[in-house]
Amino acid sequence: MSIVHEMIAKRAAAELQGPCVVNLGIGIPTLVANYIEDDVVHFHTENGLLGVTEVGEVDPNLVNAGKLPVGEKAGAAFFNSAESFGMIRGGHVDVAILGVLQVDENGRIANWAIPGRNIIGVGGAMDLLVGAKKVIVTTTHTTKDGKSKLLKECTFPITSTRSVDMVITDLAVFDVVEERLILKELMPEVTLEEVRRRTEAHFIVGGLLDEHPVT
Amino acid sequence: MAVIHEWVQDALSDVKSGQTIMVGGFGLIGAPLTLIDGLTRKDVGGLTIVSNNLGEAGEGLGILLRQQKIRKAIGSYFTSNREVGEAFKQGEIDLQLLPQGTLAEAIRAGGAGIGGFYTKTGVGTELAKGKEERQIDGVPYLLEKALRADVAIIRAHKADTLGNLIYYKTARNFNPLMATAANLVIAEVDEIVAPGELSPEEIVTPQLFVDRLLVAKKVLTKEGVVNRA
Repeated sequence: MSIVHEMIAKRAAAELQGPCVVNLGIGIPTLVANYIEDDVVHFHTENGLLGVTEVGEVDPNLVNAGKLPVGEKAGAAFFNSAESFGMIRGGHVDVAILGVLQVDENGRIANWAIPGRNIIGVGGAMDLLVGAKKVIVTTTHTTKDGKSKLLKECTFPITSTRSVDMVITDLAVFDVVEERLILKELMPEVTLEEVRRRTEAHFIVGGLLDEHPVT
Repeated sequence: MAVIHEWVQDALSDVKSGQTIMVGGFGLIGAPLTLIDGLTRKDVGGLTIVSNNLGEAGEGLGILLRQQKIRKAIGSYFTSNREVGEAFKQGEIDLQLLPQGTLAEAIRAGGAGIGGFYTKTGVGTELAKGKEERQIDGVPYLLEKALRADVAIIRAHKADTLGNLIYYKTARNFNPLMATAANLVIAEVDEIVAPGELSPEEIVTPQLFVDRLLVAKKVLTKEGVVNRA
């Protein structure tokens, strides 16, 4: 993971204020936990653990949804997969932080399938989208070849008809309000002009745009 | 009351070609590796496997895939074994993809005498194709059918001789659900103890769900899958 990924994760971490239950997706979202010291931010992993903490001694049977070894903190609980997804769909998870392939200008996302390749995996992505009270997505603003991931319309299959609540990239932070992207912050040393140039989706510049966020 | 088997092929004696088999685990974590190994040595084919994944390339259920014993797989995340995509492209295997929460709930429902259920998950997506959509109190839901199997092979931590089961950390996952949803349930465990040694308060799977027990000979360690001495 690069410095850019760490910066995005650190910004996402600033959104988490306990007490709350948070589910972290694979990739950049996993890094968010490194920036949380609040001991009433409780991490949930859909393979059956509430109370995820950093790994101590590696146990091959104690893992997160990315199958990476984790630890269990005091007060942790284990449960089966149906109960775990009951927590998610039932609205008991406060925040989900997820990776994404594309975001459209209504804040809907695509993060599970790429056309032309075999569609053979979805995991918990769709459940988290319909169930988590708040969904934050973290992503690099553009693909490796420089194309905007914030598009007018997703060209990949969408994960849900529900819009996410916040989009955090290496260039900017957007709130999604009434299915519209509102530019809320610029990342350090990023200009509004650069965000415009590298964003295909239409967005509104927020009234309280903070060009110098705390980092 | 569960029958305790010493040999894996005895435990698998009623598994036949063409059956539907539920296999516990999240990848290799909590997968019944001894029973899966037994299936790779048994002359069966045309199986329908219900499992979150098909193991990893050449490991766990990945071996059964290579042996072309699987006709169809029902799961949520086959991406973790690259060879599944290849087999699918070659037309060697049929796949039914479900969101992970829908897969878990379908198994739970199957074990609880429920024919199907309505879920919000997947509405308006490609995975909704061909499924009934219904508004309940103004919210759209999809109808998903319950899942049952001929046989479930599962992994637990400890059993008593009656078949009561407890689990270990995140190796629990789909196992307690599958224990309820098959006609024949075979559990492999680290240890079998006398009734009374497990606290009634800690038992996760009560013994009426479990038919056969086997002590695990293949286990997942930090070094990967190894044979237990």
